[in-house]
Amino acid sequence: MNNIAVSASSSLARRELIRFFRQPNRVIGAIGTPLVMWLLFGLGLEESFSVSPSGESHDENFLQYYFPGTLVLVLMFTAIFATISVIEDRSEGFLQGVLVAPVPRWSIVLGKVTGGTAIAVLQAVLMLLIAIALPMQWNLISVLHLFCILVTGAFGLTCLGFVLAWKLDSVHGFHAIMNLLLMPMWLLSGAFFPIPELTAQSSVGQMMIHWLMKLDPLTYVVSLVRQVMYESQQADRFWQPDIGTSWFVTLLFCAVMFVIACRVVKQRK
Amino acid sequence: MSSDSPSNTAVKIESLAFAYGDRQALCELSLEIHSGEIFCLLGPNGSGKTTLFRLLSTLAPLQAGCVSVMGNDLVDDSDAIRRLLGVVFQSPSLDRKLTVLENLRHQAAMYGLSKAVATQRLNEATRRLGITDRLDDRVETLSGGLSRRVELAKCMLHNPSILLLDEPSTGLDPAARSDLWSYLRLLQSELGTTVLMTTHLLEEADRSDRVGILHEGSLVALGEPHVLRTELGSDVVSIQCNNPTDVIDQLQSSWQLTARELDGMVRLEESVSAEVLSEIMQSLSGHVKNISVGRPTLEDVFIHHTGHQFWHDTEAGR
Repeated sequence: MNNIAVSASSSLARRELIRFFRQPNRVIGAIGTPLVMWLLFGLGLEESFSVSPSGESHDENFLQYYFPGTLVLVLMFTAIFATISVIEDRSEGFLQGVLVAPVPRWSIVLGKVTGGTAIAVLQAVLMLLIAIALPMQWNLISVLHLFCILVTGAFGLTCLGFVLAWKLDSVHGFHAIMNLLLMPMWLLSGAFFPIPELTAQSSVGQMMIHWLMKLDPLTYVVSLVRQVMYESQQADRFWQPDIGTSWFVTLLFCAVMFVIACRVVKQRK
Repeated sequence: MSSDSPSNTAVKIESLAFAYGDRQALCELSLEIHSGEIFCLLGPNGSGKTTLFRLLSTLAPLQAGCVSVMGNDLVDDSDAIRRLLGVVFQSPSLDRKLTVLENLRHQAAMYGLSKAVATQRLNEATRRLGITDRLDDRVETLSGGLSRRVELAKCMLHNPSILLLDEPSTGLDPAARSDLWSYLRLLQSELGTTVLMTTHLLEEADRSDRVGILHEGSLVALGEPHVLRTELGSDVVSIQCNNPTDVIDQLQSSWQLTARELDGMVRLEESVSAEVLSEIMQSLSGHVKNISVGRPTLEDVFIHHTGHQFWHDTEAGR
């Protein structure tokens, strides 16, 4: 019984990888866009941006600040592609063949999501090679830690994409979701600008941003990546969760999204 | 165990009903499929056959009624049922980016077959279907007929007791269609596989062991194709004319024949002797554009039971 779940999941995951490498435009799409955005924004905003405690823009430039967010964006783009693949699987008919197989429904989710996660992490690692040029303390522990964060983050994002795609029947509907939900989620994760700390002088807008960002699960993924990559502290005027809290929220996000994904697949319609 | 020997009943459907919102797709449908038979569910588009297919293949939720497959309940034992079924969908369920072999290996994994068993079944199925030399080709490069064969090989890997096929002839040329039937007959005789297929093709239903005719979600006729046809009598006369009502009246008054009108045609489902027929032709010659006499077909059976043309109804019902 469990054997069949394992063989089904691994076969589905392997299929995702085979498909990915047979569609080279996907490789370019998932890593190209974040890379270009990173370079353009990073270089363009370098002079007007500062998060370091001293206020000196040279301590941490925007290219550096923006890099963890770029890594998470790579994960997110791959999750988006994984999402679209669910819609494709349905319209091409492949999905129905999977659904009539005598396998537990969670193994279907696990297979698709593991495949998507593997692709996402692979691309993030490619992106990370660029980071060798950045002033980061590379040691085995931090690299492994970063790897675990990327895997967990990718898993949660792919599950989220899976749930969204399951409910949609066309790629068109998906573009709306991407613009209204996924991109704002990423923009509010501290990937692009830090989270303002609340003070007595904070405006209503700042309060709203503060809370939206605090409630965004991606904030915790970005915060983990950032804290592992750069040990230097941000200024007090910005809010950042500690590593423990970040891990807790990230894992919780993963677990909740996986459970929801299994439940949606279980419904016959 | 029910009293009516479950070993002979592959699928038992009792008062099955299904609705999409307000639209009733199946109403109070009851039907038994016998083990080892090739059963055709015939109906125009929108008659409810795909809904029934989706219910049986465990994809759609059961709303009302009862379905059991070889003694397993559709709701409670869906995993057991999934193991017994081989499902061939109308739109192919193959991954077009993968090779034939990769698709088949994937299917073996989805049914938990060990490597040795998978290899043996794979060889067997691909040999039977004549696709051994295409194993390394990507599915997207195959013709419609070939991919249908791969699809069949895929669905037979786990040796299902029941093969469900949804409009299997769609997109196949006559030669490939004929190959499909010889394959199904082979499965029936060698493995005792029960075959349940949906079709909107009359000639396909004619080749089955038993046929059920579905119209607007209800079963209107059930039986062996030749029995259904002979029930209608030996001939069906169709008269194409300008004023059907007058012709019907005249047939009634002069020859005591009861005819009915269908889409501007007069239909006579009674045996008419050659003499009477020539009398009719002479006396109606002014009005009649065309008159034809034929052995009843399954289309006639459909018309007889529903009062609708098989094809015209298709467009109107959509």
